[in-house]
Amino acid sequence: MATVFVSQVLRPFVPGRSVEVPGRTVGQVVEALGARYPGVIAVLLEDGDLRPGVAVSVGDQLAQDGLLEPVGPGDEVHFLPAFAGG
Amino acid sequence: MTTVDRPPYRIVGTRPIRHDGIDKVTGRAKYANDVQIPGHLHARFLRSPHAHARILSIDTSRAEALPGVFAVVTGKDFPEVSAVLREQTEGAMANMGLLSRHIMARDKAWFRGHAVAAVAADSPHRAEEALKLIEVRYELLPPVLDALEAMKPDAPIVIDGLVTNTSRTTRAGGILGPGEDGPQSNVATTFVMELGDLANGFEEADIILERDYHTTAAHQGYIEPQAATAFWSTDHQLTIWTSTQGPFAVRDNTAAILKLSPGQVKVVPAEIGGGFGAKLNITIEPVAALLAMKCGRPVKLAVSRLEVFEAMGPASPAYVHLRMGITNEGRITAADTRLIFEAGAIPGSPVPGAANCMFSPYNIANGRIEGIDVVVNKPKTLSYRAPGAPSGAYAVEQMLDEFAAMLGKDPIELRLLNAAHEGDRRINGVACGSMGFQETLEAAAATDHYRSPIEGPWRGRGVAAGFWGNATGPASVIAGLLPDGRVSYIEGSVDIGGTRTTAAMMFAEAVGMPVTDVRPSVADTDSIGFTSNTGGSSVTFKQGWAAYEAAQDLKRQLIERAAKTWDVPVDRVRYEAGVCTNLDDEAKTLTTNQIAARMNGTGGPIIGHATVVPRGVAGGFAVHIADVEVDPATGKVTLTRYSCVQDVGTAIHPGYVEGQMQGGAAQGIGWAINEEYVYNAEGRMENSSFLDYRMPTALDLPPIETHLVEVPNPGHPFGVRGVGEAAFVPPLPAMANAVAHALGTRMYDLPMSPRRVLEALARQ
Repeated sequence: MATVFVSQVLRPFVPGRSVEVPGRTVGQVVEALGARYPGVIAVLLEDGDLRPGVAVSVGDQLAQDGLLEPVGPGDEVHFLPAFAGG
Repeated sequence: MTTVDRPPYRIVGTRPIRHDGIDKVTGRAKYANDVQIPGHLHARFLRSPHAHARILSIDTSRAEALPGVFAVVTGKDFPEVSAVLREQTEGAMANMGLLSRHIMARDKAWFRGHAVAAVAADSPHRAEEALKLIEVRYELLPPVLDALEAMKPDAPIVIDGLVTNTSRTTRAGGILGPGEDGPQSNVATTFVMELGDLANGFEEADIILERDYHTTAAHQGYIEPQAATAFWSTDHQLTIWTSTQGPFAVRDNTAAILKLSPGQVKVVPAEIGGGFGAKLNITIEPVAALLAMKCGRPVKLAVSRLEVFEAMGPASPAYVHLRMGITNEGRITAADTRLIFEAGAIPGSPVPGAANCMFSPYNIANGRIEGIDVVVNKPKTLSYRAPGAPSGAYAVEQMLDEFAAMLGKDPIELRLLNAAHEGDRRINGVACGSMGFQETLEAAAATDHYRSPIEGPWRGRGVAAGFWGNATGPASVIAGLLPDGRVSYIEGSVDIGGTRTTAAMMFAEAVGMPVTDVRPSVADTDSIGFTSNTGGSSVTFKQGWAAYEAAQDLKRQLIERAAKTWDVPVDRVRYEAGVCTNLDDEAKTLTTNQIAARMNGTGGPIIGHATVVPRGVAGGFAVHIADVEVDPATGKVTLTRYSCVQDVGTAIHPGYVEGQMQGGAAQGIGWAINEEYVYNAEGRMENSSFLDYRMPTALDLPPIETHLVEVPNPGHPFGVRGVGEAAFVPPLPAMANAVAHALGTRMYDLPMSPRRVLEALARQ
């Protein structure tokens, strides 16, 4: 099970501060979230992929493989505003 | 220099001469404006003299009729592309429809200097002559030049149809679609991050401070203006030679804007005369390309310094409202901030960078961060080292300085008391990974500088910390063994700050060969695998991983070749420092040079390669100490001593690391005490030259002392952390704190120029 932290993006759909969902990849985590909380898919995905502008952090590392990013048991998953360096 | 648990490296940690050094000091290195394609034309931009105007018509007929003019393009020549956000490398994004309109205006000029047409002619003078023949009719509109003004309900709307995204996910692109109606706004995006219970946090505080801070626009200060040459071949392949930090981004975004396939575009990165974030994305390349496509000739487009200032985009100005609570013992209990960042003419300021970094050095249980991205009638702001983070730190680190004074605590002691450690949760919710902030603070406290007294009137010392998360991304390497045993090392990262040498050092370390035997070079986008931008302090990290993996691949092939030669299994061959030994008969050895000399007759070329997308990034922390003396008669701030202390992971080439720290400090010092974009009411920049835009020179700065704290990153084979950007975060608040102590009064906006210092003294 992964622990998804409920950021502002998810707050309209997901109650509480965090929620545990199954999934071995970010995509499976999103799918599990969407099955439990209708509406989540629409704000996280666009054309079947992560929406541009959404950064995903697994643990303390920003995901590099989008929906295919591996998620280990007990990993924290965060959906954040994307940002870049200079 | 502090060294912690470092393996006995042979090359890592030394200071070899950079491979590209001789070419650069003798003038042989080729920059974008040195590119000379036979028969190339010269292009020039016609730019809007107005900060906000509707373009009623553009008549280019007289320019097109001028002999020697080969092509003229305006916004009508650009294809319409979707206004949906498009992912860039490092998680950044761009609305390609708006970016296209920013590169060449369509129905409106959004800022003074906005390109409205471009001409390609057989000489630069002919192109300039042709510009004068283009007639543009404008309907002037009132400009809005400041984020706070732009947020008012009655402010002029910069982008027709722009609506506010309440998060970056609720509406793709943020533009009203055909037939849609809604409240237009200059506020492009807002977001909120929250942690803990803010109300309870402030309840627990004994002291609460609430302040407003303002940082100005600042120029990245790259020496080389943007330049690009484009060639459209008869088989519809586009080649672009350009000065860029991101050749693959130039490829993909130029293709998107011109509706080409990325496979039709090859980008050749030239040596780069500075970027600091400003050359991460396309600015002029699609225009050069479109001109070349229109006339079938190579076209060179090089902008002037005036155009750089008026049209290329500085770091974002920012307004930071900050409220923090602290106990009498010095524990921060709550932090609440509202960040308003100017994006320039199209959305996309680095407000997320500020939000993610400003509180990250500290363990704060209760926090809230609101970020707001606002468009105004100025060029789109561009990244500048650690984009967003300096403005956030400017607020937090000044408030901590005030708390320290109120509590009678040493400023470093206060920071140590609140320092975040691995596992502590940031306000964005993410738990901290490996970090060396405590070690950096302790090293700063132990410096001779910090322990020395500062005495006398009008003198002050300031301390500040800063954080940058550092980045990663795909990186590719081809390491081909040459017949003499040297290695042609081809990488995809544009070299800024000596990164090709650091990559070569890590490769040489992993292979066990002299670094002088590695010949590094940077490839074009057709010749190497995708490599993400030279930005985010990512290059040494990701290229180090690629170098390590390519070295393993090369070593594996050397072992296989030796095993084949001796007709033994590969596990009977030991490789060590360039020598293969037959374990069944240790008298038999083959050096890399011997294998290389015969490789084409023993099985063919030996080429190591790697394409990596490494994890294991670790953030970096810096603590700076500034001593200043203020002249109360003139208001001039003189820097008398400056020290940088930074958690750098393993310093691959300490000289380059020190250079990054000193460069970041120098740029931040300039932003703190001199630099600003001065606009008049009509939106014209009034100091658009390096004569009037005052960056510090060697004459303005004392020697900048560097203290490298090496806390190796466990997520990297050589312990690398990014170093280029963390060094740029503390200077603004360190200087502000020093000036506050020198003056006896605090300034909350930048720059602390003589005029503003005198105004502050007059208010005292």
